[in-house]
Amino acid sequence: MEWEVVIGLETHAQLSTVSKIFSGAATAFGAAPNTQASAIDLALPGVLPVLNKGAVERAIKFGLAVGGTIAPRSVFARKNYFYPDLPKGYQISQFEVPVVVGGVVRIQIGGSEKVVQLTRAHLEEDAGKSLHEDFHGMTGIDLNRAGTPLLEIVTEPDMRSAQEAVAYAKTLHGLVTWLGICDGNMQEGSFRCDANVSVRPKGSVTLGTRCEIKNLNSFRFLEEAIQYEVRRQVALIEDGGKVVQETRLYDPDRGETRAMRSKEDAMDYRYFPDPDLLPLEISTAWINEIKAILPELPDEMRARLIREYGLSAYDAAVLTSGRNIADYFEGAANRSLKKNEILANADFKLCANWVINEVAAKMNQEENLPPWRFGVSADTLGHIIRRVREGVISAKTAKDLFAEFWEIARISKYEHHGGYPQRVDELIEERGLKQISDGGEIENLVDKILAANPKSVAEFHSGKEKAFNALVGQVMKASQGKANPAQVNEILGKKLSG
Amino acid sequence: MHNATIKELSLQLAAKKFSSIELTRALLERAATLGKSFNTFITLDEEKSLAQAKLADARIASGDPAPLTGIPVAHKDLFCAKGWRTTCASRILHNFIAPYDAHVIEQFNRAGAVILGKTNMDEFAMGSSNENSYFGAVRNPWNSTCVPGGSSGGSAAAVAARIVPAATATDTGGSIRQPASFTSTCGIKPTYGMVSRYGMIAFASSLDQGGVIARTAEDLALLLNVMAGFDPRDSTSLERPKEDYARDLSRPLAGLRIGLPRQYFTSDLAGDVAKPILAAIEEYRKLGATTVGVDLPNQKLGVPVYYVIAPAEASSNLSRFDGVRYGYRTPHYTDLLDMYKKTRAEGFGAEVKRRILIGTYVLSHGYYDAYYLQAQKLRRLIASDFTRAFAHCDVIMGPAAPSVAFPIGSKSSDPVQMYLSDLYTITVNLAGLPGMTIPCGFGAGDLPVGLQIIGNYFDEARMLQVAHRFQLATDWHCRAPQGIA
Repeated sequence: MEWEVVIGLETHAQLSTVSKIFSGAATAFGAAPNTQASAIDLALPGVLPVLNKGAVERAIKFGLAVGGTIAPRSVFARKNYFYPDLPKGYQISQFEVPVVVGGVVRIQIGGSEKVVQLTRAHLEEDAGKSLHEDFHGMTGIDLNRAGTPLLEIVTEPDMRSAQEAVAYAKTLHGLVTWLGICDGNMQEGSFRCDANVSVRPKGSVTLGTRCEIKNLNSFRFLEEAIQYEVRRQVALIEDGGKVVQETRLYDPDRGETRAMRSKEDAMDYRYFPDPDLLPLEISTAWINEIKAILPELPDEMRARLIREYGLSAYDAAVLTSGRNIADYFEGAANRSLKKNEILANADFKLCANWVINEVAAKMNQEENLPPWRFGVSADTLGHIIRRVREGVISAKTAKDLFAEFWEIARISKYEHHGGYPQRVDELIEERGLKQISDGGEIENLVDKILAANPKSVAEFHSGKEKAFNALVGQVMKASQGKANPAQVNEILGKKLSG
Repeated sequence: MHNATIKELSLQLAAKKFSSIELTRALLERAATLGKSFNTFITLDEEKSLAQAKLADARIASGDPAPLTGIPVAHKDLFCAKGWRTTCASRILHNFIAPYDAHVIEQFNRAGAVILGKTNMDEFAMGSSNENSYFGAVRNPWNSTCVPGGSSGGSAAAVAARIVPAATATDTGGSIRQPASFTSTCGIKPTYGMVSRYGMIAFASSLDQGGVIARTAEDLALLLNVMAGFDPRDSTSLERPKEDYARDLSRPLAGLRIGLPRQYFTSDLAGDVAKPILAAIEEYRKLGATTVGVDLPNQKLGVPVYYVIAPAEASSNLSRFDGVRYGYRTPHYTDLLDMYKKTRAEGFGAEVKRRILIGTYVLSHGYYDAYYLQAQKLRRLIASDFTRAFAHCDVIMGPAAPSVAFPIGSKSSDPVQMYLSDLYTITVNLAGLPGMTIPCGFGAGDLPVGLQIIGNYFDEARMLQVAHRFQLATDWHCRAPQGIA
């Protein structure tokens, strides 16, 4: 039987506020345990929550960016359960009336666009952390994370494969970091997904029984966990069994999901409106204020890159996968222009290729590299590209310079960029890297090589095209790589045919 | 000096008739003797109190005293006071030393008042008799075999026994007004949101309101001037300009319209209580007021609605007492769940457990709509009853409790009978209105009866005026229990 996979994702994006959602304590990651927990985070007797406006602003930004409805009045509710890292014995969340309803995320999959519908996005506070190691059989509680603001973003069951789920998660990740509402750091848990996975016979319209895989904090785990879960469910059904609705955990070491609790054990959270907080009222004026400062969105910019720079849909999609790379591309492209120069699409294509093939590749090589730490600034790269376009240096020289600059940055642990625009020109001068574009000089070189390689010349005339390339190579070598390859080709072609 | 009001004490302190240290010492001595016999205090800390008194004396000497500088005030043991044990009369917090000050405590400290001690109460403010305390029942200074009312029984008894001129209290369903009625003291519960709940350990957040018990309406106004005010740390605190609650005290009552709810004067009200209430209303007519019958048709729903909403909120509010971070933890347990169960079973008293169970039940899946949601709807009806009534009157008057103080132990086995003690006070909390009680006579067994005055939202100044004019014309508020004065 052919099976269809149905996936819905719930993503917790930690909002990038300086302080917590209901207290003034800092949200910074990595502090000594319990040093960033105020009386409110510790749930001392008598303390009360006060809503952080910054968290609401970020939720509104998100709602506007996905085209959702911002609820004029939403309600904070208490989700009651006992756990040592949940100090109040309840989590303040939104239940019946969330701050954002609906909206869409457009993903690129297999060269075409797919629209994933969002159900809702709501504000809530994170819990603390239970540390089960290093305490001689006891459990340590760190409440630094307790009260950190989260936006939980819930999709409809719209995705049909692990690949689609990953594409959605990556697009969403790109969007929230683009908006600056989440730092997107997945290792630190700033962006984590729960996947609801079910399978059904292809063509069936009813949903199968789903399992929820909790806390997937990398795109790879998300993909692997879904793939494993799909295989498990299909095998189970094909063996005559039934999927049981339950919560599962993914074990990346063993590459499998494990049951955590079944629906029968599901807790009754006794949600009710939090009487310590007034309903959250968001005025149209506030929404408009935020709308006015909303940056150009990835979808909008993608369309603009295609329209204004003549880039391919693929290039435009790659370049708008993140705010930093997108800004970097525009910075480099504009720097590569001379004053009042109007560039052809081909020149922008060159720029796009540099950013995608060189810059993005370097970024991917470096693990743990914060996404904003570019080894070579957009200005410097733009300047290098400009010198290539002007024929001052060859593409090869450009790549060498770029690699050298990046290495300097790497040694400084990306505290500084390597090189700067002026330095490009200084090095061209100091090292004599200027490309030979003087026709006479190249002609002399070509003559020398033709004289020294009668065998190749003969081969060319007998119809061996390869011999031409060998001769070009010889000329380039003789010029120490500085001869303008286009001119070499042209002159050599003329001489041989003439 | 223990018989003096705050107003008198202030003048005497300013005139240097005695120092705050002398006053504090004298009252601490009464707290140690009388307070002990009525069990009014959970914690006394002579050193801390005297240190504050010393500071107050210096402030008075420097010529910059505020109206409460040097005045000893006791605080209900659910207001967190930095460095003071704050227990809520519960075993689960019997060892909790508050690391911060409640907004109310901050306000009193800023005014230069002296914390005389932390008063006994019903555990987590749940009760109407002050029998539900881990630290033992409070006794009524008017008859020590009777309850002082609850939950602010310790505060009311301490004021009645002339141990302190005033004590803070809280009122979730009548916990200021009913004990004030039982002890012949004056107590006010302001409009919900007037006094910050920050640092006031929560029972039922949407109903809890801080207030104060003293011996005269005039003192209540001075105290409210200090306690009330906007606090950004409490999201339900009302942002309003600061007002002087004493501003109308001297205005006469001519033209005052008093609403008398038909539903208050029924067979539920004991005759010995009705008599002094009706006499007080007659006194008001003499003072120039007119009376008008008003209707509160949903009055009967008050108690059942309250006993859904308050326990629901309480069941969640009390979840933080889990033995993990502070307070009592059972000494012997096998695992986490066992620790939770034993800690809470041993840490909470019977009434608190009863309400946690009721609250958990009404919020449970499948019951929420039938109980909690329904109760919230009825709560609105109750509030709109008052809105309609206030179209015809300026204040509403009636009893604060259906009977005089009852003997200790007489209702403790019948929770519903106990809950009905708050029949006349509960709807005021559900509506968020201000309410107060002043002494107006005596009923059966020569036990005190209080008159309840309910005002419209933010009408505290008028209520205090209404109470003060009565106290200028009568002397019920000056009576002291036998052997006390």
